[in-house]
This record gives sequence, C-alpha cells and structure tokens, in this order.
Amino acid sequence: MAQGPKDQGGVGTADPDDDSPNMIVYRKIEDIIYRIQDDKTGGVPIRTVKSFLSKIPSVVTGADIVQWLMKNLIIEDPAEAIHLGSLVAAQGYLFPISDHVLTLKDDGTFYRFQAPYFWPSNCWEPENTDYAIYLCKRTMQNKARLELADYEAENLARLQRAFARKWEFIFMQAEAQVKVDRKKDKTERKILDSQERAFWDVHRPVPGCVNTTEMDIRKCRRMKNPQKVKKSVYGVTEDSQAQSPVHMPVQPQRKTTKEDVQKQITFLNTQLDRHCMKMSKVAESLMTYTEQFLDFDPFLTMPDPSNPWISDDTTFWELEASKEPGQQRVKRWGFSLDETLMDPVGRDQFLKFVESEFSSENLRFWLAVQDLKRRPLQAVSARVQEIWQEFLAPGAPSAINLDSHSYERTSQNMKDPGRYSFEDAQEHIYKLMKSDSYARFLRSSTYQELLLAKKKLENEQGRRTSLEKFTRSVGKSLTGKRLTGLMQSS
Amino acid sequence: MCDQTFLAISFGPCDKCVKTKPLMNIYIKTDQFNYCSLCVEMMANEGLRDNETLSSLKNESETLKCKLEEERAKLHDVELHQVADRVDALGQFVMKTRRTLKGHGNKVLCMDWCKDKRRLVSSSQDGKVIVWDAFTTNKEHAVTMPCTWVMACAYAPSGCAIACGGLDNKCSVYPLTFDKNENMAAKKKSVAMHTNYLSACSFTNSDMQILTASGDGTCALWDVESGQLLQSFHGHAADVLCLDLAPSETGNTFVSGGCDKKAMVWDLRSGQCIQSFETHDSDINSVRYYPSGDAFASASDDATCRLYDLRADREVAIYSKESIIFGASSVDFSLSGRLLFTGYNDYTINVWDVLKGTRVSILFGHENRVSTLRVSPDGTAFCSGSWDHTLRV
Repeated sequence: MAQGPKDQGGVGTADPDDDSPNMIVYRKIEDIIYRIQDDKTGGVPIRTVKSFLSKIPSVVTGADIVQWLMKNLIIEDPAEAIHLGSLVAAQGYLFPISDHVLTLKDDGTFYRFQAPYFWPSNCWEPENTDYAIYLCKRTMQNKARLELADYEAENLARLQRAFARKWEFIFMQAEAQVKVDRKKDKTERKILDSQERAFWDVHRPVPGCVNTTEMDIRKCRRMKNPQKVKKSVYGVTEDSQAQSPVHMPVQPQRKTTKEDVQKQITFLNTQLDRHCMKMSKVAESLMTYTEQFLDFDPFLTMPDPSNPWISDDTTFWELEASKEPGQQRVKRWGFSLDETLMDPVGRDQFLKFVESEFSSENLRFWLAVQDLKRRPLQAVSARVQEIWQEFLAPGAPSAINLDSHSYERTSQNMKDPGRYSFEDAQEHIYKLMKSDSYARFLRSSTYQELLLAKKKLENEQGRRTSLEKFTRSVGKSLTGKRLTGLMQSS
Repeated sequence: MCDQTFLAISFGPCDKCVKTKPLMNIYIKTDQFNYCSLCVEMMANEGLRDNETLSSLKNESETLKCKLEEERAKLHDVELHQVADRVDALGQFVMKTRRTLKGHGNKVLCMDWCKDKRRLVSSSQDGKVIVWDAFTTNKEHAVTMPCTWVMACAYAPSGCAIACGGLDNKCSVYPLTFDKNENMAAKKKSVAMHTNYLSACSFTNSDMQILTASGDGTCALWDVESGQLLQSFHGHAADVLCLDLAPSETGNTFVSGGCDKKAMVWDLRSGQCIQSFETHDSDINSVRYYPSGDAFASASDDATCRLYDLRADREVAIYSKESIIFGASSVDFSLSGRLLFTGYNDYTINVWDVLKGTRVSILFGHENRVSTLRVSPDGTAFCSGSWDHTLRV
C-alpha cells in the first residue's frame, strides 16, 4: 500500500526513447524543473517558512520563480514568464500550496514542486476508484487543511452513488491509507499531502479550469507502451478493461523492403541532379517579394480607407468588389503575368487588350485549359475535344501558334484525352504571352491610363501614409527611390 | 559441385529443373521441396545475394543522402537573417482581437475562410460544423456530422459549399443553401474514402476537386461530382497531418507534412513526390506556402517553425525561442510574406519576422491550445481557433 516519493526507483524521469509529442514537452519542462531546483547553478531558494505556530516546509515564492524564468530562459516580459509558469503548474509540475487552481502569480504566494512520482511523464491515467479512495481518505482525517472544497464534496457524493456496491472496499482502502500516513513524519506528511492534492488537481481539475490531460486524438495512437500507463495511485487494480479506450493498439511498423530503398535511391539521385539556387539569391528573392508587397499587406500598411475589422466599415471591401480598379490594384498587375491573371478585373483588361490587337487566341486558349482543369471528370473528354477543335486542329478558327514539338506531344495526348492533355501547350503559350502580349499590355495606353488615373489622389495619400510609416520605421534602404521621390514632390 | 556427396533420399525429377537426378529434401519457409544438388546450391546463393543487396542498398542510400547534404551545403553561402539585416526592422505592433465567435460546444479543430474575406467555416470535436459571417459574428449555417472530432474543413472557392471530415475517414461536401426549410445534411455528398481519419482537406482552384490528407499516410485528389479518385500520393511513412496547395494560377503542386517529421512536395498531375524535407524533430502539424509559392513554412511539435525554400531545396530559417517549449499547431503568412503567425499548444500566438527570424509579438487571449490559424484571403485579419471552444479574429 506504500506510495509516494520514497519508492521512486527509476520512475521519475521521462523515457528518453519515447519521442511522442507529449513526452517532448514533458522532457523540456523537467529540464527546467531540475535546473530551477538546483542550488549550485543559481536555482530558486526553497525554504521552510515560519508562519504563526507552524512551519511551512519546502516552499518558494511565485515572484522568485518568475524571476528565475526571466533570467534563465531569456524572457523580457514578466507576463510571458507568468504565462509559462502557469502552464508548467497546470501540467502538474509545481503548485500553490493553498489553492486548487494551478496558476503562477508574481508575488509572495508560496509554491511547492511536485514529486517526480507524480509527474505526468509517467503516463498517469488514474481511475475513479482511486479518486474515491483519495476523497474518502481526506474526510477521515481531522485536519482543517484537508477539508473538501465544494466541488470535491460534490464529486465524492457522485462517486458514492456510482460505486455504491464497492463502497465498503473503497472505505477499507482509505482507512489503510490513513493508517500508513499517520506513521510518517509530520513535515513529510504535509509535503506529501500537498503533492497528492496537486496530482488530483491535474487529473480531476476544478470545474472551469483547463484539463491539461486532454490529448489530441491524432497523436494518441502512437503511445508505445500501454503497459507503461499507470492507472492506480494506491495499488488498487480495476476489474474492468485493463486498456484505456484512448490507447489503440500500435500499428506494426512496416519494414522497409528492397523496393522502398530502391525508390529512395532513385529519388535521391533525381535530387542530386536538380539545379538549385544559392542561398544568397534565394534570400534576395524573398526580400524583393516582401518589399514589393509591403504596401499591399494590411498588417504592415494601413489599407485605404480603413481595415474593415478595425473600423467596422466595409468600404474597403466594396471598393475591391467594384469594377473600377484602384491604383494599387492596377500597380499589382505590373508585378507579373500571374498577378494579372489572378485578378478577375486584370484578366478582363488583359483580354480586352489582346482582342484589340487581334491576338486573343493565346489568352483564350490558356483560359480554356484552366477552365478544363476545373471541370468535373465526366465533362473532361468532351471539353478536350472542343478545345482541340477550336484552337489546335488543322484549320481551327482560333489557331494558336505552337512549336512543332509541343504540337506533336499534344496530338499524342489527344488519343487518351484527360485533364492534363494540354499541359505542354499551355506552358508554351504562357511563356509566349509573358514575353510578348503581356509586355506590350504594360506599355499600352489603356494600362498606363489606369495607372495614372489615380495618380493625383495617390500624391495626397502618399503624404499621409508616409507620416504613418515614419512612426513605425524610418527610411527604406532597399528602394529609397519611392520615399525620396515623394519627398521631392512634396 | 558434381563431386559433392550427400545422402540422397530419393531419385527422380527435380522440383525446380525437372531433370532426373538424386534429390535432396529441403524446406523453404514452411514448404517441403525435392531439389537436385545444383538447384540447392543456386537457392542458397540467391538467398545470400538477397540479404546482401538490401543492406548494400541501404548503404548506397545513406551515401547518397550524405552527398546530397554536401552538395546543398555548398550553396549555403549566407544565412537569410544576415542578408535581412539590410531590411528595416518592423515597428511595434498592436494586434487585438476584433471579433470573438462563440457557439461551439467543444474544442475548435479547424477553420477556413471564404473567398469573400468575411465568412468562415469552423469544425469542432462535438461534430458540429458552423459557417459564420465573422464580420457580424452571426452563424449562417450549422451541420452536425455523424462523427465526433471533425478535424478538417474547407470552404469551396465559389462560396457555395463546404467540405469536412474527421474520424469517419471520409470527406463530405455540403452545398450551402439559404433555404431555411432545407436540411443541409440531406444534400450531403460523400467524396473521399480513406482507411483512417481525415486530417486535412482543401478544394483546388475549383469546386470540382478536393485534395485530402489522412491518418493512413496518403493524400488523395478526388473528383467531387463522381467521388472518383483522380490521383493518390504515397510516400509518407506515417500519418499525414496537413497540406497546402501552391498559390499561383499555374501551380500544380502541393506540400504535405506528417508524423514522420517530413514535409513533402508533390506534383498533382503525376502523383510523384518532387522534393522532401526532413529537419524537424517531431510531427509536422501544419504547412503553408509563402505567398510567392517559392517557399513554405511548417509548424511542429518540436516547438519550432521552419522556412523551407523550394529553389534552394533546403531549410532556410528556424523560428524558435528557449521560452517556447510547447508544440506549434498552426502557421500562416501575412499577405506580403513578411509576417508569420503561429499558434501554439501553450495557448499563445507568436508573430515572427520571416526575414530576420525574430519574434515581433506574442498574443495572449485564448484559454486553451490554439489548434488552427488562417489569414483572411485579402490579408486584413487572421482567425485563430482554439480548444477553448472559441474562434478569434
């Protein structure tokens, strides 16, 4: 019947081989717990505090813990340290000695560290019978500090009803526990009692508190050792199912076969042949992209007229939805052909332009193929034929200009028509449009007019937004042009 | 071989080469065969060769991996944050919760925005899937799924349907109707069938195709109308937890992350894995493409988020802090790609400067794990869903 930190054995620490997500967190917390209690390396002072007629053993103040966390985990904001400490408490690694609610406060409130026996990394899943024994035990002992809280009294009543037949057994167990406890040293008893209470605060939390033992069901399957799960705090085994319903049997790991390894080798060889970019180029590219879209990012640049979520005004969205494209939007089309095509208004403008040049067949082909890919499976074959007839067949009404190689490939694909029959052709046409029609579109009078139309308005806005930007960050080193341009104009 | 003497049990046609010879009685696995001495020798040698090849293949694979690392490392001439020193630091951010959506009876597991930038769909452990107008916080539709733990939900690009699934191993599509008399559940369409839970789903550019990821280790592309499987993607060694489609109009790829710590990039057309990244120490809970489509970020239970670039074919940044010890559950970029929003199991949301690698802000507010996070289509806000039953915008 003996339990408690005395018979720890190797039970305290998390299994180093178990790398399930929960264990990873427990190991990190336990690392913190070891460090924080270690005198030699600047841990917190754990003392016995004198209070009225009695002594309070082995406590540390909340403020000390917060200080330690801030110093040793490089946290600048005390609020963050308090939050982290509260989480460590909620998981069950430390607790306030006079409260059931497991949070950390940055003041003189006293806290105690949990015994390794009770650590969550031991995979505890205590049964209700144990909880019943525990509550029963508490009512038997005449100590003010062991009185049941309201919710605990309710729980006990409920359990009494549920375990009506077993109650004699539970009562006996509780009595036995009390006898064993009486033999222990008074100070030790105080500590043990508080630790036991904290354990139950984690597994049977105060109503309204977060139950930190809840698990993400997707990760449950991989618990390696159902045997490792501890169910009984007091050495009482439950008659009913030995396996927790949450632990499903582990799927046997598929052994890697020769084919698997051969596939890996082929894959690795392909990777070796791949042409990769240098980091410096990649970094430049990411930075340029971010810089380019800085003005369009509502988190970095206040949208015009306002962010609907902040001002409760939906004008911003209404403007976007209207057929009149704003200057910012038109500017965005100039970034790449992709941007133009993604924006429905941009697409329309581009289409109008190429129609005016009598070269719309390329864009229409591209749009048709995009549409094809979005059709339901049944409609695919028919549509493929239609596209072929319209754009590619000899004597087609909207014949597109394909190189012979792509044409060959596409005609081959027509024998087994599918969603991706025109991939080659589409890529080729896209490149053509990009270098040819798109470039001309950007130079065209229609586009330039759209861009310039709002230019006057932009200058006024420019002054306003530049002031806003000043309060956040001064100057733009990458493209100083814009800011200096504005400064020159104003 | 001819001068080998052995105890011949019988004389007759060999089971393998059919020649009439003295035969030996041998056992292969649990079956008994009568082979002539020549065939026995050959069998024994073949067995040896098989074993050799498996381990030699494994060695070859390892050598290739090392070589690949070396080659990639040669191109790693500078760190991203070093180059980003040139860029201005971001100022202080004041980000507040602008809307709180209450109504779910249990943990919120997943959410997705509608293209109209204000509606969103969310799913929860109690089996309910709710469509909200987040701007007014009104609930517009609600469906009760027959299973609990609805882990995935998605909004169709047209805004006329939603898809969801979870422990039922299926992905179902519900057309959204404004007719009060119509029961949404009646028009339900079962599209995807997996052999394990559905962990993520997403419509491609159209309402007609859905991409799903499942606990059975595969991803699959389905035709919504017929429910037919168009393409399946095999390669993960464990549950696939998340996926994201490439953002461009011409994109044909998607990235997936799983419990095998790998993030893999796939070609939608062929079903082949194009690239693979394995630097996380634990499950990858969420992946999201950088807005340009050239890179993607991943959030993992090892409490870090990492940025991988597809052109450099390697990890280019890690976002972590000593004080962050709980796993990251979800990640998304702001519109320009400068900010990375990540939700953690420690109830907080951290905002990172993607280029510099520093944390810009930490947001408190949720009272339990943040399970899902998405930036709205126009980047004006982001929504986080949590185990505390609420969603915040």
